[in-house]
Amino acid sequence: MAKTKRIIITILLRLLAFGATLSATVVMVTSHESAEVMNIKFSAKYSNSPTFKFYVTAEAIATGYGLIVLFLSSRRSVDRLIVILDVVIALILTSSVSAALAVAQIGKKGDTHAGWLPVCNQVPKFCDHVTGALIAGFVAAMVYLVLNLYSLHVFLTPLFPE
Amino acid sequence: MALQSGEKLPMFIGHIWSKQKSRWTLLGLRLLAFLAAAAATLVMVLNKQTKTFVVATIGTTPVNLTLTAKFHHTPAFVFFAIANGLVSIHNLVMIMVDLLGSKFDYKGFQLPMIASLDMLNLALVSGGANAAAFMAELGKNGNSHARWDKICDKFGAYCDRGAGALIASFLAFALMLLISFLSILKLVNSSSHNSHNNIIALPN
Repeated sequence: MAKTKRIIITILLRLLAFGATLSATVVMVTSHESAEVMNIKFSAKYSNSPTFKFYVTAEAIATGYGLIVLFLSSRRSVDRLIVILDVVIALILTSSVSAALAVAQIGKKGDTHAGWLPVCNQVPKFCDHVTGALIAGFVAAMVYLVLNLYSLHVFLTPLFPE
Repeated sequence: MALQSGEKLPMFIGHIWSKQKSRWTLLGLRLLAFLAAAAATLVMVLNKQTKTFVVATIGTTPVNLTLTAKFHHTPAFVFFAIANGLVSIHNLVMIMVDLLGSKFDYKGFQLPMIASLDMLNLALVSGGANAAAFMAELGKNGNSHARWDKICDKFGAYCDRGAGALIASFLAFALMLLISFLSILKLVNSSSHNSHNNIIALPN
């Protein structure tokens, strides 16, 4: 009974995380917009910035990993390896979200000291798209954190005799 | 009974000696991580460069413009400094707890707390280092699509010092990874040791 509850909660959390990373990847990849400002064509795509490319790569890796683990979820032999890989993937997700947030903040507010103008006024739809992808990535990182804490609790409780 | 205790004695001594060695290894790693994170924080906080540019010439007198590059102009570097500061404080507190806190009653929560706090700080230092790394890449290469000029050709010393802080932070990240791993190993070993003890103590 407890084992079934544990399996159901884990699978639900993993589904949620898989959905979040998948939507983060897809939304970021499909974000592109072109605008013409004073006869200069201004096109914004996610691949213009190495940070967003890193973000897409990290979320894609997490999506692939989530898909594989969903099928392997309760096999005894790879249990501990999955817990370790969960921690690694959670770290990768938090790093990619914080890096993309740093650059997106510059794009929205600019940096007056460096002479960098904000880009969101010219391409507002691109900015909204990127914001959506970042929110999905943030949710994915939080869900992976909850998943890690739950796996640790489940993993360590049988070892405590109390 | 006598045979059992005689068998157990050398194993017990071996267990204690390896426990001491692992304790000092962990303490040494924590000291290194504290030094690396503190160095990263200090170098980033004290990072400043002022440069005077000649913008135009009116008649024969040049018009000068003085620009300063400070770390708090960029929010990612502020986050980097705060994250590394928190990680260094965490390592300092953990060293104090290990050296001075043996008389405190933790009610069995010491090892899980240490393991979870280590993992949280691992995520924190990883986030801070990555955000600052990508901001530094933006400052070094600029972004031609967004018409953002690179600033490292004008403020070379600022960029070099920032790179040094980043390297120290990534070193702290690698050390925190090892420390987290060792803390979790300690937690798993101690709880399995507890359950072994309880099983052995039962048939009396």
